[in-house]
Amino acid sequence: MSTLNDTSAVTAVQVAHLPVSTASTASTASTASTASTVSFRPARPSAEALAALRGHRWYERPRWRRLCALTAVGVLLAVMTGEQGSGADLLFSLRTTFTGTALWAWIAAAVALWAIAEFGAVPRRAVASGARAAAAPLARIRPALDSSPRLRVALVVAGLAAAVLLPLLFDRSTNQVLVDWVGIYVLLALGLNVVIGWAGLLDLGFVAFFAIGSYSTAFWSGQLPVKPPFELNPFLSIPVAMVTCLLAGILLGAPTLRLRGDYLAIVTLGFHEIIYLIAKNAESVTGGSLGVFGIPHFSVDLGPLQYRWGLDPLDYLWLLIGLITVLVLLFRKLVRSKIGRTWEAIREDEVAAAAHGVDTVKYKLMAFAIGASTSGVAGAVYASKVGFINPENFPLLYSVLVLAYVIFGGMGSIPGVLLGAALLAYLPHGLKDVVDQKDRFMYLGALLVVMMIYRPQGLLPARRRRRTVRTREAS
Amino acid sequence: MTTTLAERTAAARPPAPATSDPVLQVSGVTLRFGGLVSLCEVDLTVRRGEIHAVIGPNGAGKTSLFNSLTGAYAPQEGQVLLRTDAGTEHSLLGRKPHHVNRLGVARTFQNIRLFSALTALENVKVAAESGTRSGPLGIMLGLPRAKAEERAAEGTARRLLALVGLDDRAEERADSLSYGDQRRLEIARALATGPRLLLLDEPAAGTNPTEKRELAALIRRINHELGISVLLIEHDMPLVTSVADRVTVLNFGKVIASGPPSEVQRDPAVVEAYLGTSDTDSRQGRTR
Repeated sequence: MSTLNDTSAVTAVQVAHLPVSTASTASTASTASTASTVSFRPARPSAEALAALRGHRWYERPRWRRLCALTAVGVLLAVMTGEQGSGADLLFSLRTTFTGTALWAWIAAAVALWAIAEFGAVPRRAVASGARAAAAPLARIRPALDSSPRLRVALVVAGLAAAVLLPLLFDRSTNQVLVDWVGIYVLLALGLNVVIGWAGLLDLGFVAFFAIGSYSTAFWSGQLPVKPPFELNPFLSIPVAMVTCLLAGILLGAPTLRLRGDYLAIVTLGFHEIIYLIAKNAESVTGGSLGVFGIPHFSVDLGPLQYRWGLDPLDYLWLLIGLITVLVLLFRKLVRSKIGRTWEAIREDEVAAAAHGVDTVKYKLMAFAIGASTSGVAGAVYASKVGFINPENFPLLYSVLVLAYVIFGGMGSIPGVLLGAALLAYLPHGLKDVVDQKDRFMYLGALLVVMMIYRPQGLLPARRRRRTVRTREAS
Repeated sequence: MTTTLAERTAAARPPAPATSDPVLQVSGVTLRFGGLVSLCEVDLTVRRGEIHAVIGPNGAGKTSLFNSLTGAYAPQEGQVLLRTDAGTEHSLLGRKPHHVNRLGVARTFQNIRLFSALTALENVKVAAESGTRSGPLGIMLGLPRAKAEERAAEGTARRLLALVGLDDRAEERADSLSYGDQRRLEIARALATGPRLLLLDEPAAGTNPTEKRELAALIRRINHELGISVLLIEHDMPLVTSVADRVTVLNFGKVIASGPPSEVQRDPAVVEAYLGTSDTDSRQGRTR
């Protein structure tokens, strides 16, 4: 092995001396253009050969370090997928992992992967080119969609039809998950996208507005310890929750939106904690940690038109799809108007925007209020659907999750956020039968880590951000 | 871009009469950062319809003066009055930058500050739309006023891009434009807010001689055709003498000379500030 490395290093060094002589001959010959381009790029010795020249020991060389790293990943995966720990026997999990056969299977897989990557150049290239050929049509989808509006509309209609009709085939518990976790959180992600994706404000306490929307619905249905002046039809609680959250957003935003970046994030974090603790501790107002029970379902009672949303999750799913569709249409109009352009301008350069007559605080407040009222809608639907709420429905973790959905899907892109939120929100529930119950969120975390390393712009990045990324790569 | 230097100096426009009313009156403005005095009792008057240049060595306080006028800095002392065509006066000190802009003062930046991910057209549109009134509800519901305002802004933006000669680059990203084009786009964007006074902070920095000539012609056109008063910071003396009606010279935060370019250039204090003097010279200067 080492002799082979040494010879390759020597040839590499010799090649590095070559260019001077070849260049001088090539300059006289007009036909030798290819030769000159080759000679001007001196062949660099491989990393392996360099390490040999520097006298590194075998385990310090890149190839063997890669083997060590892959083996470590194999062991890590074995621990991840192995037995659950138990409180009675602290080392139980590790002991079973390191005495079981699964560990050796993982290590063998890691070594095999390494061997293919290092020595199987021919099969690797075949696989890579095959994969590229298979993925080629995928790369053509986006330009085709960009150029043809009709294709876009067709795709949206097909997606909508699938979202409406497919749940008919699913069983009830799947549909429950689709409403309680997917639908509601897609709505929340859509709202947070306005705040973080378009206006560029880092809001870490977004679920606080969700809680305000839920509790306001509970209040107006008369189920809180404090009674409303009159009870509202649950359906009317949607606009009321919207307005309540809008006001809460303005109240929080007006004094704090002068802050930038990290400072605003901390303020929103604090706001979330305040709302959470009020819900938990102000027992005479919010019912405390026991929560609120008996929030009525939605119902329509307009003469001939009568309908009652019942226990069947499908009704709520369709209601959510309707709400999401309406909001997407409105937001699309908004982001393509002067308001969307101004948000973008503020994100690019706040000082220049203000110098050109833009009231930056007003526009940030607007984004904050629009995002908050969207989560008010989600809160109202959630409270009516589930019927009972308590502070544990609104922990800080969920704020962070909604943020992760938005970034995963692609900040600022409506289709990206819809898809990203739907996939990620469903993932822990889809994994329920596949992996151990307690491990579900670990896989969500691993997916986010891998995604941020290899595709930080998100699943379907916004058009403008894609342009930015592309120019950065080009320069 | 047809006016040549000769034409202009010959008879294109009589020099602004001394009685011409001021559009901007700066008096006794002092700006301190802790113990550092950046501007010291600066007086400056821009007359309606004139091109007024502010020159001075690096660090003289020219950009600080601009920032004080536009609300970015808050000077501790002094007064800045903007007079509208109707004669009403507005104090600019202590106002937010966007208020100053709404009152009719637009500016460009020394280091280009375009919205780089937006196209050239969108850059100008953002400025043109900043004063419009339609809100988010009107836009989401597609009310007629929102649509009319959008059309009007689009028209203004295209006209201004044509004025600065960028109409064929309207759809290009601002950061993909050449340096000179970016400078001109900044001017178009500032004009889109409908100012009566335009502050240009070193518009010719980093441009080549051809671009400088075009820029001089553009500044004159803005002044003549749009009737906008211009306050200009510039280092390039040929450009200053060719476009400016009057010049104010700043050094170490103080006004050391003010008047027509030809007079100011001969002023001994200006020569000293720019070229420096030996000890004996300056002693003579003081005793004289």
